[in-house]
Amino acid sequence: MRPLPELTPENTAFWTGGAEGKLMIAFCADCAHAIHPPQLICPKCWSEAIEFKPVPGTGKVYTFTVNHQPWMPDMPVPFALAVVDLDGAPGVRVTAEVVGMPPEAVAIGQTLRVTFANIEDVWFPQWEPAQ
Amino acid sequence: MSLNAAITGVGMSDIGRKTGRPAMIHLAEAARRALECAGLTRDDIDGISTYPGKADNSPGMSPLGTGEVRNALGLKTRWHSAVPDGPSQMAPIQVAAMAVATGQARHVLCFRALTESSSQTATQRASIPGAGRARLGGWYSYLVPAKAMSASNWAGWMAQRYFHEFGMTREHLGLVATGQRAFAQANPSAVMRTPLTMDDYLGARMISSPLGLFDCDVPIDGACVVIVSAADAAMDCAQAPLTIEAMGAALGSQETWDQRPDLTTMGAHDSAADMWKRTDLRPADVDVLGLYDGFSIFVPYWLEALSFCGHGEAKDFIAEGNIGPGGRFPVNTGGGQLSGGRLHGFGLLHEVCTQLWGRADGRQVDGAKVGACGMGGGFIAGSMLLRRD
Ligand SMILES: [Zn+2]
Repeated sequence: MRPLPELTPENTAFWTGGAEGKLMIAFCADCAHAIHPPQLICPKCWSEAIEFKPVPGTGKVYTFTVNHQPWMPDMPVPFALAVVDLDGAPGVRVTAEVVGMPPEAVAIGQTLRVTFANIEDVWFPQWEPAQ
Repeated sequence: MSLNAAITGVGMSDIGRKTGRPAMIHLAEAARRALECAGLTRDDIDGISTYPGKADNSPGMSPLGTGEVRNALGLKTRWHSAVPDGPSQMAPIQVAAMAVATGQARHVLCFRALTESSSQTATQRASIPGAGRARLGGWYSYLVPAKAMSASNWAGWMAQRYFHEFGMTREHLGLVATGQRAFAQANPSAVMRTPLTMDDYLGARMISSPLGLFDCDVPIDGACVVIVSAADAAMDCAQAPLTIEAMGAALGSQETWDQRPDLTTMGAHDSAADMWKRTDLRPADVDVLGLYDGFSIFVPYWLEALSFCGHGEAKDFIAEGNIGPGGRFPVNTGGGQLSGGRLHGFGLLHEVCTQLWGRADGRQVDGAKVGACGMGGGFIAGSMLLRRD
């Protein structure tokens, strides 16, 4: 099985927002800077007022790769990983597996939308074709 | 404008795949060879430096710390350091240069030892951060659990973007891989020495698109030692000192592999730009290069970072034959990590030094006097310019 992220005060909202179907991104309450990976302080203005807000859950593929190597014995391959520029969170990218389409169909510039895969207490963002 | 620091000796163990030899035996062999190269004895060594220090964050990645090596080799040191968070795998060389330049030590033994080949099993792949752990923290916890488990995935998506923007193709990276293999054939210590054709390269299985098997370096067991000496102390050594002309450690990227705004650049660009600000030498003065090739795609990135060509021009620079055997700017003349084995940057520096001393039999770059070395991929990077006067 894949390793899971350790849930911490700064990242729990990101990893569990999927329970309610929401992609939660950290923003600075003072300067509105979007922060990812989430952290306890705004890297732009050093404010400690960090709030998580849902974003639309769509974005454009900045780049991608199709992984063919099983890094663990039970890992099905191939699968695509997309690095997606998020709508509603300038400068933030979320990298996740692409599901619901063949890996070879993924292309730079494509619009994808988020869906979630739940493993234990973590809701992993995944990308699927936007209708 | 040089530092008061020089490289005076290098040594490499008999590296290999699944050698079955403990890391310390590799290390001792590399240290013996480096001291012999420098004309120094164990008692001359008064500093020790490594990257990243004893670490188990991926299997076989760093089995030895400075303490164990001091014990094993019976060293008495005035100064020691292990740097996990420095300018890439070059960090121990850079801090050693600062240590000798400020009088903390005279001769620093810098080492890198790996047993990634012996440590690999079906469930414990080399270079998978956190392999075998249930829960991960830090920057890679946003990548590895998301199934972006390997640096080949991270380098793969960099390459995909670069291909998209600049029209690079797999054939360009194939020239890097086959060119380095041609160099390796002239280097008895390289681990991969059978001929590699473009057809072999293109026909190999894909690992993480657009990177295939021969775009990835080779995990090995081995060790490499580089001795950094104070400029005055270096004058007493057996070899002409290789003066550290300049080095760069600048870092503009967020610490992770997917957030840098322009992923057709990497940390290398920050560190290299900073290095060139500290010297009057220019890229045209360089005779031989050692560029980090954990993945082939890093070579064009480093060429551009170090201003050997413009942004997006590396594919043509490579296709024109500049970096392979007989080229104007030969890169990784020992075969690099792609064919020589992954000594994590130290092997590349070992080869640059060997060239500058005129001891690269069978692959010697005529009259090589200035060498450039860039280590690291993604957000980490360290750059160095060496000069033999
Ligand atoms: Zn702020």
